[in-house]
Amino acid sequence: MAAPESLVYERPESFTETPTHYCPGCTHGVAHRLVAEVLEEMGVTNRTIGVAPVGCAVFAYNYFDTDFVEAPHGRAPAMATGVKRVLPDRVVFTYQGDGDLASIGMGEIVHAAARGENITVIFINNANFGMTGGQMAPTTLPGMKTTSSPNGRDVESQGYPIRMSEMISTLDGVGYCVRRSLHDPKNIRLAKKAIRTAFETQVRGLGFSMVELLSTCPTNWGMTPVNSLKFVEEHMIPAYPLGDYKVSEAIKQVKI
Amino acid sequence: MPAKGWIEVSDLYCKGCELCISACPQEVMELDMSRLTPKGYHPAHTFKDGCTGCAICALVCPDAAITVYREVTKAVPAAG
Ligand SMILES: Cc1ncc(C[n+]2csc(CCOP(=O)(O)OP(=O)(O)O)c2C)c(N)n1
Ligand code: SF4
Ligand code: SF4
Ligand code: SF4
Ligand SMILES: [Mg+2]
Repeated sequence: MAAPESLVYERPESFTETPTHYCPGCTHGVAHRLVAEVLEEMGVTNRTIGVAPVGCAVFAYNYFDTDFVEAPHGRAPAMATGVKRVLPDRVVFTYQGDGDLASIGMGEIVHAAARGENITVIFINNANFGMTGGQMAPTTLPGMKTTSSPNGRDVESQGYPIRMSEMISTLDGVGYCVRRSLHDPKNIRLAKKAIRTAFETQVRGLGFSMVELLSTCPTNWGMTPVNSLKFVEEHMIPAYPLGDYKVSEAIKQVKI
Repeated sequence: MPAKGWIEVSDLYCKGCELCISACPQEVMELDMSRLTPKGYHPAHTFKDGCTGCAICALVCPDAAITVYREVTKAVPAAG
């Protein structure tokens, strides 16, 4: 007789069956999986509404088994504001890249945070505009080569990287704002815990929550997926330190 | 004795990115160069014994392609 078996891990039920269009090894997929697992564990999948961005995650609505709306480029926090205010019992999240959130959408994210909108923002920082062919983003590292900074980002003429979590955490409407990374198993676990805490912040009505995730873009970085993880560890984390930038007193009491 | 486990990798989702292979602590994974998925990738698989069912491969997989099982070796004592 075969030994009894137990299931240790299976694809989350909060996902549809559709395979993603992401490049092989792109950690957008890991971020999606963590969000799906958290929604399932909290039992909120059927009352969640996602807001998809413009960027590689533009088809996010095909992958999550939740309701979704598609925002114009950078406007996801404004759309999420409207959805949440009209349907306050729903769990509303945006999923945005660094071009979407920190470039064209800088105004929307800052004001949604300042207003303390009770929404959750999943912010994917991969240091470039992935979808359009790897152009420089506000988050591109100094000296980093992109298709629009072919000699490497020159801070004299192209400015310095923007650290969004640090900036957003200064606003009073923010309940929870942290930066995590997706480059190894330990950090993926920590990222999942942060995503859970961000959604718990929202369901308890404790204000604006954002999780910034350092993520890879193997295709536009011109690296293998494995080497891209090393790039995150060796080059992105020093420029974008991981940590808790704001955890309000009420959220510190939340046990998960 | 370490727990005995095994994995199934879905041909529908696997893109042969090798992240699971480099993360597996038991080093029992590789790309299966004798097979192609319908999308044209060589899928990941285990090529020798030693899988413990730790699920680290599934944790790093960007495509949620891996299902992990572990053999139940002894009856779990009742709580209390
Ligand atoms: C109004 C408008 N301006 C510009 C574009 C072109 N565009 C598409 S995606 C994108 C940037 C995406 O970068 P990011 O948000 O970092 O997402 P990633 O693809 O890196 O995940 C740009 C500029 C657009 N679609 N709409
Ligand atoms: S272009 Fe970059 S960010 Fe977009 S799916 Fe490919 S690897 Fe991921
Ligand atoms: S479950 Fe653990 S030991 Fe088994 S293949 Fe996956 S990573 Fe390796
Ligand atoms: S991490 Fe997932 S997609 Fe990548 S090779 Fe392994 S099973 Fe395939
Ligand atoms: Mg980007």
